This record gives sequence, structure tokens and C-alpha cells, in this order.
Amino acid sequence: MLSPPHLAYNRVLLSSVLAGEVRPSDISLKPAAWWSDRGITLCCGVGVAAADIAARTVTLSDGKVLPFAKLVFSTGSRPICLRIAGADLPGVLTFRDVSDVASMSRAVCRSAPVVVIGGGLLGIEAAYGLAKAGASVTLVHLMDRLMERQLDARAALLLMRAVEAKGIRVLLDVATARFVGNSHVEGVVLKDGRVLAADMVVVAVGIKPNAEVAAHAGIAVNRGIVVDDHLVTSTSDVFAIGECAEHRGVCYGLVEPANEQARALAERLAGHDARYLGSVNATNLKVSGVHVFSAGDFLGAPGTESVVLSDQGLGTYRKLVIAGGRVVGAVLCGDTADSFWYLDLIRSGATIDSVREDLIFGRALAERQAA
Amino acid sequence: MNSLSPHSPAVRTTCPYCGVGCGILAAVDRQGDATISGDPAHPANFGRLCSKGSALGETLSLDQRLLHPMFRRADGSLARTGWDTALAKVANGLRTIVDRDGPNAIAFYLSGQLLTEDYYVANKLIKGFLGSSNVDTNSRLCMASSVAGHRRAFGADVVPGIYRDLDEADLIVLVGSNAAWCHPVLYQRIIAAKKERGTRLVVIDPRHTATAAAADLFLPIASGMDTALFCGLLAYLADTRALNDSYIAEYTSGFADVLARAREIAGDAAAAASAGGLDLGEVARFFELFARTERVVTCYSQGVNQSAQGTDKVNAIINVHLATGRLGRPGMGPFSLTGQPNAMGGREVGGLANQLAAHMGFSPSETDRVRRFWNAPRMAASEGLKAVDMFEAIERGTIKALWVMATNPAVSLPRAGAFRAALKKLELFIVSETTLHNDTVDAGAHVLLPAAAWGEKDGTVTNSERRISRQRAFLPRPGEAQPDWWIVSEVAQRLGFESAFAYRKPADVFREHAALSAFENDGRRAFDLGGLAALADDDYDQLDAVMWPVKAGVEPGEARFFGAGAFFTSDRRGRFIAPGHPGVRAATSDAFPLRLNTGRLRDQWHTMTRSGKSPRLGAHSPEPMVDVHPDDASRTGISDGGFAKVTTPHGGAVFRVCVRSGQQRGSIFAPIHWSYSTAADACVGALAMAENDPLSGQPELKATPARVEPLEFAYRGFALTRDLIALPDGTWFARVAVAGGHGLLFATNELPARWHGLVEKLICGDRERAEYIDLPRGIVRIAALCAGKIDACIFSGPSQNPPRWEVVRALFDLGILAERDRRLLLSGQSTEGVAETGPIVCACYSVGLEAIRRAVAEGGAANVGDIGRALRAGTNCGSCVPELQGIIERTASAVGSRTAS
Repeated sequence: MLSPPHLAYNRVLLSSVLAGEVRPSDISLKPAAWWSDRGITLCCGVGVAAADIAARTVTLSDGKVLPFAKLVFSTGSRPICLRIAGADLPGVLTFRDVSDVASMSRAVCRSAPVVVIGGGLLGIEAAYGLAKAGASVTLVHLMDRLMERQLDARAALLLMRAVEAKGIRVLLDVATARFVGNSHVEGVVLKDGRVLAADMVVVAVGIKPNAEVAAHAGIAVNRGIVVDDHLVTSTSDVFAIGECAEHRGVCYGLVEPANEQARALAERLAGHDARYLGSVNATNLKVSGVHVFSAGDFLGAPGTESVVLSDQGLGTYRKLVIAGGRVVGAVLCGDTADSFWYLDLIRSGATIDSVREDLIFGRALAERQAA
Repeated sequence: MNSLSPHSPAVRTTCPYCGVGCGILAAVDRQGDATISGDPAHPANFGRLCSKGSALGETLSLDQRLLHPMFRRADGSLARTGWDTALAKVANGLRTIVDRDGPNAIAFYLSGQLLTEDYYVANKLIKGFLGSSNVDTNSRLCMASSVAGHRRAFGADVVPGIYRDLDEADLIVLVGSNAAWCHPVLYQRIIAAKKERGTRLVVIDPRHTATAAAADLFLPIASGMDTALFCGLLAYLADTRALNDSYIAEYTSGFADVLARAREIAGDAAAAASAGGLDLGEVARFFELFARTERVVTCYSQGVNQSAQGTDKVNAIINVHLATGRLGRPGMGPFSLTGQPNAMGGREVGGLANQLAAHMGFSPSETDRVRRFWNAPRMAASEGLKAVDMFEAIERGTIKALWVMATNPAVSLPRAGAFRAALKKLELFIVSETTLHNDTVDAGAHVLLPAAAWGEKDGTVTNSERRISRQRAFLPRPGEAQPDWWIVSEVAQRLGFESAFAYRKPADVFREHAALSAFENDGRRAFDLGGLAALADDDYDQLDAVMWPVKAGVEPGEARFFGAGAFFTSDRRGRFIAPGHPGVRAATSDAFPLRLNTGRLRDQWHTMTRSGKSPRLGAHSPEPMVDVHPDDASRTGISDGGFAKVTTPHGGAVFRVCVRSGQQRGSIFAPIHWSYSTAADACVGALAMAENDPLSGQPELKATPARVEPLEFAYRGFALTRDLIALPDGTWFARVAVAGGHGLLFATNELPARWHGLVEKLICGDRERAEYIDLPRGIVRIAALCAGKIDACIFSGPSQNPPRWEVVRALFDLGILAERDRRLLLSGQSTEGVAETGPIVCACYSVGLEAIRRAVAEGGAANVGDIGRALRAGTNCGSCVPELQGIIERTASAVGSRTAS
């Protein structure tokens, strides 16, 4: 297991780096001195080879052995690769870290045909970054709508229009058969027989938790490293947080649950009785000019009620899902100004019957009404 | 410099609404917008105008205007035609029917909206040249009882007093008159007299109206019992020796018999109070006040006239003035407040079935006199059918041709539903109109003739105090519209009466009318305009408001009548008239336990074809309401703000409910204004019975037995559209003028889900659509926008909590919406006081640019960490941190530079 050869950085900004909106140097979370000032030893560019729970040591890839009293796995995840012909051709990339961004930036030249596979959050962000950098991007998605796990049909349609407005061609309902090319990828063959020319292919079809070291150490691993509400693994004094962890059957792929878990664990390690009870799944797409948010039961299970507000001209769409007089889900498109407020309402489970008519128009109106 | 003035000089004209006859200054700017103000020099109003008059400028649009002659094709649709074809169709049709079925098979139905010249020509054509006296007018529904009462008592249709008497009276009694709403400028004169000389005001009305609110004494009399009150007063005056014995002896006849009858009906205050359902003490106060006050004016209006005993009521009032000699002198007299702007002019030309012309009747000598004057080939020799009788004859099929001018009888007649249906039986149905659609046109008119509207026509009108004023044109006639006198003259010429109808301008007609009034008059007829019979065209154009009589060779002034007798009866004596025993015509029953009273609202006029165009006027009472006493409401299970169905033996209608303690128990009130064109089902005419006063022919429009039942609608809402739209059958609605288009207030039981599809059909098309849908709550709000403006919108919600329209209505007129207004549009709420967020910078915590700027500029945030602590922005995914840094720098430098300067 190799950790990146540089300081921790904000991965959410990678598409902005790719789009040239942010310099690579701007995305570091903290400078080196910040870590050393706090007595933290950073070992960059070195992976963990194994953990020995009984001996309470970890062995690094350079052979060095470090003892521990408590061990936290925050090994993250890695992109899923497609197991199809041509997947190992040069020019077939994933979109995960700064080195991927660097490869892409080198490869992109004006109007070069690029195919992005995967219409989820990451695929859309990659497609946007590449298009912004000048590539001629086609986004290929297996499902009938973009971000199907985070958006309902109307929001997904609006998103597609917004993505298309950025100059990205979107193909839905298409599966990839193989990649073709001699010494470098030259095209993508779809299962329906169509061939898309491609100087570069970015695969963004999902992530897989990095749980192998934990598994080898005998720690219970399902999809990710299994933790309880105290973020403890099957072994006491060994913890896991972030995308490598699996809490209550859920592996989160977003930064906010990871931060919440980190906060809870830090409290616990500091001797407080903190618990992590799970996160309401909330999605924010960070593509400039394309505002999409969803949280909770945004599709609306049977027995829930839906309230919808939309304006074609503004390109906005909001749906709130209500059950038992409480907001249980939300999807926003075009205008996400109130996303956090709705998320708060979902999380707090506050009753909204009395303000239901103002709710969908956002916090400012509802608070003016209440004032 | 020789530049054009932005305003043309104001034109002096008169208001087209009520019978007060206010003078108006109308100016039109180069954009064609009219500025309307009161004429300070006009003696009816001295510059004042009421809400309706002030809003006239909003009623002049050509929206829904009839601009070309049209005829109805076999498939029922209307098609445009030329004047020649249309006039020939009318002339040939009339000729065919007269030749085949005789003159009585044709009828004209005219209007108090017509100018005297229009009226004169129409009356002349039918009575003198077609040989029918079936010409009546909507004035029959308005003041026919006053005419009949005047003629019985005075021998002529004369209002004895003048407006100045209201300034000079010490007691003003208003009977059946909501002058505060219906004659507002005169009412303000009364209020001014109250302030200046302490004039007492007594209001006698079944309803506690806005007028009653200012009264020193309010007598909430039972429907139809005015006669009992005034009989009691006459007896009281006799018993207290408050009579003017010398006036009675010298100038009147019939007093003894009438006093005897009065004693029979109500011999004293107690009997009057009992009959009128009044408090004895208050009746006694009124009698005492009347007896000891010399200067008394008794004004009366539709509450007196619109009755099957209206003429008796008028005479009961006149009797007490004759008995005290209180008429024809300053500050006293019985005073009929006329409803319409030119009802008086119509009376003067003879536009009523029971008058011939120029206040002459159908006696052989009068008929012969008019025949000679007109050189008429086919003179009607007897009275024709009055309004209700006329429409009953249409119902029976004996009248086969009808020409309606400037009125909407399909709405305003009693039994309007039945009469509307009867119009289908006509062989020839002609309508002279300004609007393309109203209930009368839509009842199947065969020929539509585009008439000039107020502001476009020239002529004269006469107000309630006999004052003749010019109406002058200040707008060009649109399309092919023509004045009514021209239309009638053209038809007459096509019927072969070229020389008798060779008028070239209104002045030609007026001079002839004036000449007829003086023709063989010799002081026998009160109505005499001999002094104006030779008026030059220029003098006619410049004519100042002038009160009749205007006798040849006598300087006109402000004459009062009958101060020293000189009545127009055969013996020149005023007549006391013994009234019949008072009561309303139709009895209530278990099925119809209430009485339906009807009348006007403050800001609407008749069937709203003019006043309904003004957004300002529409805002006062946008929906048809029925007023119900709280006890009747609770007994029938209806609630304030809800809906009720009102049913009478003649029809049903649905209103919103206003529970008012000012309404008498057992009596409900509904306004007359709404028609099938302006509301789903709120036509009051269709509810009213057609029981007429035997003398005046005026129907009893204020006492129809009725019942109310609650009606529930699951949903209520409104629509705003640029063009008129129709809502689905079964939807209750009322149309309201709004700035920029049309408003609809509606109520429905249809599921919002079904509305959903319908709304798409109605308004959306390919425009941008915005919607707010909460079906479990019954909320459906949809707007169609075009280029940033609202093109149409429909808001509906549950009846318990319907959407309000004030904010949306304002935005509808605003033009391109600001983004914030647009985002909150479907909330129906204003953006005032709603904090602006600006574009979102931190997506995780929804923190907007404006909040961040405020934190920097006002909150002292100096770095990203400060902002994170203050607003949480940037503390989760951190993707906005570079942007936050930029905002801090820009905001700080902006604040710095402001501070430095």
C-alpha cells in the first residue's frame, strides 16, 4: 500500500485543478510545518505493508517497523478499473489523485477527443475539468440518467442539460465493450457497436475501499473495514474511518462523513464518549455553474409526500420528500442555496407542518415569515 | 420655440356613470393616455369626482371593443361586415317584419347611457315612422316609479328642486338611497352641509349601509313599508298641526281623502313603527324632527323606485312635502336621485313606452301635435310595452324584432335567465354596442353595430337636477364605430325617411328636440327648451351646463318648481295621491324564507362592461358577495368567507358570503353587477322576480323570496392572464380587471391533479414554465413566463387556506422580474425583508456571497478561518477556500477604499 508522495491535499478540488481554475499548489490542506509543529511525523511516499495486531506494530513498505498503542485505518479507497479488453492501454486513466490530474493535463490538447466513462459525481467532475481544459469530451454512462444514485429523473435531466451546456456530449444507457488502440488508446467500442474516438479515456465507475492490509491482519472486513458506532474495528484499539470503513453496512464515498467520523474518533481518543451514528447521505456536485444537491430519501419511498418547485427558465428544480410531517429527503438542482438548511432539517427531524408552504422557497423566506 | 405641448387642452365633458352628472376635464397625451379630473366650474360637482369617475381613464382601452359591424352566421359564429350591409340588413329586416306582422312586432330597448340626441332619433324613428311605441329603456328598472309619481302629483315629470337645496337644508332624509356609494359626490355635499350648517341626516333603509353610518338617525325599515312610515308622518303632521294649511288650500287637491287613507294605513307613530318594524322612539324622533324643520329635502332612490308599489311610495313622500308646502323653495322638496347619467334626457325625449316625446303623452291632441311636428307618416297612437312586458312579449313570440342600444338586458332584467333564453326566439335581434361580448350579445344577437363610446361621442345629458350638460369627444372613434344617432338615422334613411333623418351632427338633432319641447307649449308643459332651439353649431359646441326650463326669450337660471303652485295638472293644482296598503308583492314561504335585496357596490357600475375594465375599481369588491345577517347565516349553516347558493323561484346563483350585522334578519343582499360574462353564476337579475308596479311598470327588484344554502368548494385560487381564458365548466369564478391583463378568482371541487393537465392546456404552450406542486396539501401553482415576464399564472390551494394574490398581481404588472422576485414568485409572498444570499460559495453549508461579504465588511472576518467560525463556510470539503480567500481580498480592499475616501 503506497501513500502519496506529498502532503495531504483536498481531492475535491482536483477537477478545478484539471479545469485550470485552481493551481495544484493551492489545494494542500496544511503546510508541512503545521504537521511538525503539532508533533506529527509525516511519512510521505511510503506505504503500509502489514499490520501485526498481536505485536502492535505496522511494517512499512520500506521495511521500517512502527509500534502502536492505537491504530487508525484511514486508507481510503481506490478507483474501480474496468476488466475489459484494452483496459491496460496507455491513455486509459482513472481520476483519483494529483498524478492522474497531471497525466490528464499533459495529455489534453485542444479538441482532443476524450471519453469519460461513468456518469456519477466523479465522472461528471472529470468531464467538466477536461472540457474546460479544452478537450472534446464524451461522457458515457451505463444507466438511463446521470447520478442515478443521487438524483431523481427530473433533476438528472436538468443536470444533463447543464452538463451539455458546458460542451460535453452525454450518452446514456450505453455499456463499454472494450478499448482499442495500438500503443495507446485510440477509441472506445460500445456494446451497441458504436465506436468513439478517444485520445484519452477516463474511467470513473466507482471506488473500492482499501481494506486489504486490515483483512490480512485478521480484522473483520466486509466491503470495507467493519466498525461500530465507536469506530472500533473487530479488534479493540484498532479503528477505521473514511472511505475504507464500513459503518452499519455503509461505505461512504464522500468527504463529509469522513470528517464526521474523524471528529468522533478524535473525541473518543481524547477520552470523551463520542459516537458516530451514521451520516445522512448528501451529495453536492462541485462543478462551477452546475448546482446539484441531494440528501436522504430523495426519491420518496411509498407513504412519503413530495413537494416540488421548478422553474424552467431559471433551470431550477427542488423536491422535498416529507414523511410524518418531517423532511426526509431533498433534491435540488440549479439553485442549491438552501441545501444545507434542508440537510439540517433532515438530520434534526424537526416538524415542518406549520411552515410547509414556505419551506420549499428556502430559508430566507421561512425565517422572514417566522420573524 | 415652437414645440408641441405634451398635453392637448382638456376637454370639458360629463361623467358617464350616475345621475349626479359631474363635469369632467379630459386630456389626452400623445401616447393616447387620458387624464381625467373633475371640472371645477361644473355646478354638479365643482371639481369633485368619485372613485368611479376618477378611474375613467382606466376604462378606455380597446380590449374587447366592438370595432366593426358584425353579423351572426348560421353556425353561430360572428363575422365582420361593412356598414352598408349591416344597415341594409337592419332596415330590410325591420321593414319585412313591420309589413308582415304590423308595427307592434318590433321593439327598441334603450339605455340611460345614450345621449339625448341618440335617444331622440331612436324614439322618433320607432314612434313616428315605424308606428310602434314599443320603445322602453333600462330607466324602467331605475326610476320609472319616480316618473309616474311625479306625473300623478305634479302633472309632469318634474324634479321640483335643485342640488343647491342640499346645501341649504336643515334636514335631509334619504329613503332607499345608499348615496355614499351610488351618488358619492352629492353625498359629500350632504356631509359638507352637515359640517357647515349642522344639517341633520336621517337614513331610512332596510340595510345599514355606508350612508347610514353617517346618519344622525337610522331607521332600518322593513322591506316595502316606506309608505306606512310616510302615512304615519302625514297623520302626525296633521295631529300636531304642522301642516301648511294655506298651501294645501291654495295649490293642492285631494288632501282630506289622502289623510283619511294615511290614517288607515298608519294613524300615528306607533302604527308606523309597528308596520315598519321600527323602534317607536326612533320613529317619534324622526316625526318630531320632520315636523319642526322647515327646510327638509327628502331624497329617494332605487329603494323606493324598484318596487311593485314604487309609485305609491313616491307619492307618499311627495304627500308630506305638499302637506307642509315644503317644495319649490330653497332647502326643501322631494328629490329623486336618478340612477343613470342620462335617464332624465331619456325621459325628456320620450324614450319610455308610456311617454310620447318632450314630456307629452298619448292623448289624441298630443299625438297629433307630435305627428305634425315630425311630419310623421305612421304615428304610434297609444302606449307601448314597458320593459318587462316587452320581454314577455318576446317570450310569447309576439315581438319578433328587437333593437338593443347601450344596455345589457340579458343581465339586468328580472327573470334574466328566462328572458335571455327568450332572446333566441327573435327573428331579428340587433345590438348597438361598444363591447364584442356581453351576455346580451352572446344571447344570440344577429347584427352587431359598433357604437361610439364615452369619450368619443358628442351630445347632451341631463342630470337629476334638470341640468343639461354637453358630453364632448376627446378621443378619436376607433375602427368603424359610429354615434348611435348616426346609426339610427342611417337605418331610417334606408327605410325611406331620408328628409326626416337628414341629421349631419348632434346639434341638428338637439335643435329639433328643443324646438319640439317648445312647440305649441304656451307654458302648459314644464319641459321647454325653446331658448335653445336656434342654437348655432358653435354655441352648441360651447354650451355651458344649463338647467331647464330654458324658455325662448327668458334668461335661463336655476328654477325651482311649485313653490307657488303652478302645477302641470289640468287645474294647475298639485295632487295628493292616496297610496295603496303597503306590502311587498310576493310572500316568503318555507321554501323561500328570506328576501333578496339587490343593489350597487361603490366601485362598479351596472354590468361592469365599463367599470369592470379598471384595475383600481376591481380592487374594492373583486368577488360577488351575498350579505347575510349572522342569525340567518348560523341558521342556514353558511359562514363568512364561504360560499352560498341563493335560490329563488326564478333561478339560482352562487356567491361568496359576507356575514354582516348591518343586514336585517330575514333579508339578504347581493350586488347587481356580475353577469355570465364576468362570473360563473352570480347574475342577480336571474334571481329577481318580475312583479311590476301597476302604474310605473317598474319591477320589484328588492324583495324576491329566496333561500340560501351553504356550498363547499375544496379548492380556491386565482389566475392572471394577458388574454381572457375560460375555466372548465363547474368552476365558480369571478373576473377582475388587473393591471396588465385579466384576473380570475375561482373555486372548484376538481382535484388539483386534474387541474394540472388542464392548466398546461390553458396557459403553458411553449413558454417557460414554473410550478409549485404539493398535491397532498392541494396546492398547485403554475406560471408561464416569457422573456422574464409572467405571461400567465394559476394558483390554487385548499379552501381553508387559499393563495393570496396581491404580491403576484403586482409582479404581473411589473414586467421583467428580478431574479429574487422570480425565485419567490410561486410563494405568492413579497421579497421584502427576505435576506439576500447571493450566489452560493460554500456548497456544503449553503453560504452565499452576500453573507460572506457581510462577515468581512461588517463582521470583521479577516481570514478563511474567521469565516469558517462565523459561517461554517469552507470547513467541510474546503473546495471553496480559494474563492473565500478572493472574496476576503476584494471585500477588504473595497471597504478600505471607502474608508480612505
